[in-house]
Amino acid sequence: MSVISFDKAFGNHDDALLLFERRTQLLSENIANSDTPGYKARDIDFNQVLQGVNDSLPLETTSAMHLNPVAEAPFGPVEYRIPSQSSADGNTVDMQQEQAAFAENTIRYQTSLMILSRRISGLVNAFKGE
Amino acid sequence: MAMTSLFDVVGSAMSAQMLRLNTVASNLANSETMSGSADTIYKARHPVFETVLDNTLQGRSLQGVRVKQIEEANTEAIPHFMPENPLANADGYVFSPAINSVAEMADMISASRSYQNNVEVLTTAKDLMLRTLQLGRS
Repeated sequence: MSVISFDKAFGNHDDALLLFERRTQLLSENIANSDTPGYKARDIDFNQVLQGVNDSLPLETTSAMHLNPVAEAPFGPVEYRIPSQSSADGNTVDMQQEQAAFAENTIRYQTSLMILSRRISGLVNAFKGE
Repeated sequence: MAMTSLFDVVGSAMSAQMLRLNTVASNLANSETMSGSADTIYKARHPVFETVLDNTLQGRSLQGVRVKQIEEANTEAIPHFMPENPLANADGYVFSPAINSVAEMADMISASRSYQNNVEVLTTAKDLMLRTLQLGRS
């Protein structure tokens, strides 16, 4: 009899929450620095992170105590945005773009949160056996 | 939780924008301040922002904002010929600061919008955190 693997039950969504949280932070930094001369806007390429999760092979583990780095929170490389318009003070924050990205990221976060919530209540239902 | 440090970033930006609003208020309030000498006249002040790196979290540097300095504008005072003014100098001139109130108002709106954006970010992040705390409790 095997113990329930919460990793499998939650899929990628617990990692996704960490990624979206990190992205929320980056985007809020961009918005905070919208008037700072010379600031370069940064972001995480979500598709690249997703590719990384799917492509990277899990390490071979010979003991149950071994950690699997792929299963750990995957943060993609933080990259600088390419500005659509140059500004005189060297700031590359495009407020509209940042706001749109922030809204999108919030929705993604809430979606993952909702899916996790449903999975948890599913598990709880299974435990109760009602 | 790492997200709490987000509040520091947003908070630093809000206080920087508030200082910008304060300088605008000071500039507008003093736009009619007269003086008998061009050297003692009020000069428009504008803050210069800079990014402050916080490396307290390993590998995840946080970028807040701080006011690097408050710069005084290098504009010439405007002389007015007013011999009846008690502040007038020997030649009968009083000076007023060269403050462009239209530019100051535009600056004010920009600062106000940036402040609002930061408040919005703060509200959203707070909302997400509260929802995360409710996870699995339904």
